[in-house]
Amino acid sequence: MLPAHLAQEGRHMARICNACRYCEGLCPVFPAIERRLDFAETDLRYLANLCHDCGECLDACQYAPPHPFGVDMPRMLAAVRRASYRRYAWPTRADALFSRHGLALLLGAAVAPLLFAIVLGLMVGTDVFFAPHDDGAGGFYRIMPHAVMAGLFGAVGAWCAGALAVGLRRCWRDLAATRGDGTARDAARGAMREALTLRHMGAGGEPDAPVWRRRWHHCTFYGFVLCFAATSVAAFYHNVLGWTAPYPLLSVPALLGSVGGIGLLAGPSGLLWLKLRRSAERHDQEQLGMDVVLLVLLFETSLSGLLLRAWGATAAMGPLLGIHLGAVAGLFLLLPYGKFVHGLYRFCALLRYRMGG
Amino acid sequence: MEPGRTYDVLVAGGGNAALCAALTARAAGASVLLLESAPRHFRGGNSRHTRNLRCMHDGPSDPLTGAYPAEDYWADLLDVTGGRTNEALARMVIAGTAGCRGWMAAHGVRFQPSIGGALHLSHTNAFFLGGGKALINAYYRAAARLGVEIEYGAEVRDLQIQDTRFGGAVVARNGHEELVRASTFVAASGGFQANRDWLRDAWGAAADNFHVRGTPYDTGRVLRALMDNGAATTGDPTQCHAVAIDGRAPRFDGGIVTRVDCIPLGIVVNTHAERFHDEGEDLWPKRYAVWGRLVARQPDQQAFVIFDARAPGLFIPPMLPPVEAPSIRRLAAALGLEPAALERTVLAYNAAVRPGTFDHEALDDCSTAGLTPPKSHWARRIDRAPFYAYPLRPGITFTYLGVTVDERARVIWQDGRPAANVFAAGEIMAGNILGQGYLAGLGMAIGTVFGRKAGEEAARRAAT
Repeated sequence: MLPAHLAQEGRHMARICNACRYCEGLCPVFPAIERRLDFAETDLRYLANLCHDCGECLDACQYAPPHPFGVDMPRMLAAVRRASYRRYAWPTRADALFSRHGLALLLGAAVAPLLFAIVLGLMVGTDVFFAPHDDGAGGFYRIMPHAVMAGLFGAVGAWCAGALAVGLRRCWRDLAATRGDGTARDAARGAMREALTLRHMGAGGEPDAPVWRRRWHHCTFYGFVLCFAATSVAAFYHNVLGWTAPYPLLSVPALLGSVGGIGLLAGPSGLLWLKLRRSAERHDQEQLGMDVVLLVLLFETSLSGLLLRAWGATAAMGPLLGIHLGAVAGLFLLLPYGKFVHGLYRFCALLRYRMGG
Repeated sequence: MEPGRTYDVLVAGGGNAALCAALTARAAGASVLLLESAPRHFRGGNSRHTRNLRCMHDGPSDPLTGAYPAEDYWADLLDVTGGRTNEALARMVIAGTAGCRGWMAAHGVRFQPSIGGALHLSHTNAFFLGGGKALINAYYRAAARLGVEIEYGAEVRDLQIQDTRFGGAVVARNGHEELVRASTFVAASGGFQANRDWLRDAWGAAADNFHVRGTPYDTGRVLRALMDNGAATTGDPTQCHAVAIDGRAPRFDGGIVTRVDCIPLGIVVNTHAERFHDEGEDLWPKRYAVWGRLVARQPDQQAFVIFDARAPGLFIPPMLPPVEAPSIRRLAAALGLEPAALERTVLAYNAAVRPGTFDHEALDDCSTAGLTPPKSHWARRIDRAPFYAYPLRPGITFTYLGVTVDERARVIWQDGRPAANVFAAGEIMAGNILGQGYLAGLGMAIGTVFGRKAGEEAARRAAT
């Protein structure tokens, strides 16, 4: 359930947009509004997850505050979106816990990988931990045996995938209750293309912001995909082909990881910069913490990974591996409760939109 | 705004016409000061509430479909104004709309295809992406880039004019008044529809029940100052663009979302629960702008549109949901009407409805027989519960009384001389072209063409 005032405010604003229609060409949110006469909570959650939060409709709105009608779709939809993340999250209470303690979490995210590295160092002993690993293959597994690494990250990955799957399923079921009678199969191609190209990510008042927001987002998303692919290929090499890490610079996993890693340094930094430059009234303060945590963890994971690549044969390898593994674990544990889920939920909303929703 | 400085061009107003004038004059090299009486958040006058511009074009031209030749445009204008128009000025506006979209786009305006519920305008009207406020924002950004000086909350209170020659304007800003000098003056400050006293002069006590759909800052102060200094006027003070709006709308600034568009789908009664006009006279886009005046002539300037469960979904819903009731009697009670009277009116109407094939997007053959006034199209029985109603009030958009101008946008004085250095553009002179009636998108066409003309002429005059 949305808080009563939010549901009421959402209905008020959506009705005004439906009567006005001037923003129809900006993004799918407005055509979706026009397909409806009334706006139940499910409709609002659907609209909220279609929105890219670019702010262009607020800039264009003849009824924006201080007009007495007080129409501010980006702010209202951000609040509904946050409530929807909480509603879809599994375990349900976890998201509430995380979103209320965004700042503490941010500090935790920054420090936890260090702690992880220290604990790891104490466990393996400083002589091994700080030894130069210049003998190539197998160095990583002297710090953490392969079975332990695979077991630990397999568990983290399973938790993450499970939680994301439950969230996805809850979101899709919720949005299925809104209008739309097409089939998901017919809609999938178009929705996928729009999601991958960020076609509807609009302006945002300042003329150069939209272009850069899209570019940074692409860096982040495709950087993540490449790094994930690098890890998957490496796992295949190790488990099927029996080739152990580290892999040479021109190998497939190293190339994917390096390019993706650079994307994951640039993208999150750019997005963070744009976020901080935004005016205070355009921020959803409660969500801000979670957004920042994700960006910081992505950056941290990538930086430690690239440094590990560069200094893997030195005495710094042990601590760097510890930090990297800590960051990766933190990232995947928090993934189902942070901004990451917007990718899944927006895709559901886009699919629904293409089904006539 | 620098005290002691003499600007080349002083523009009074902050809407579309004012910005077109300021941008054009600045591009021609003039120093320009633009005075917007509204605070920054409410800048843009009525242009903030607009959505499109009526353009002539001889073939499909993005975002416009088909063709809209000058002769068709002129015929439409002649039709709605009943001939109360200045042909030379009207034709100048029509010709000017052919080429203005490129200029608008160059100054940041973006267009979109006709929006939902307005597809009938796709071959005549170019819609602004994001609407009029997005257009205004783009123009203000362009003005800042070009170096137009802009003051918000700066109201022109009086003009110093000697023998048709403008010398300076008395400007009120931050609670005190100062004199601003300029070589030329462009009056682009709108009509007087937000001035209740002036409306009362024209309409009597009925004016107290009018809602002002747009900006509360159009008080007609500059228009009055020009008139007091001897400028000739064109138009009738009771003529205006007015539509029927939701009676529950705020007194000012409700804009498009308070407009009620379901009149052809129902019947309209006054406070005596009696019908008074043919609701199905013609296609709605051709008739929506007569209903403001029709309601204004009813007792207490009030009316109600009554419809049943068949209508929702066939029209753009206004922001507030309609009044709903399970029976006509209960609906009457909720509206404060005599239940027996409303029931009588609805029963008489239902009895007069002839069979036909309903098509709300065309002039269909559903009409009444033997009913006064008749309902010529879209007449269907009102008998399927629940029943709905919107209370209606006249909503005035802008007044037509304005200063007389010539083809160079110069203000004409009462003795027939054009002013030496006073120009006008936008709603303050729209009455030259619109003696009565309205065509969607014409206000922005007049503002854009005359705004650019006034800016060009003022800059040229200032340079001599």
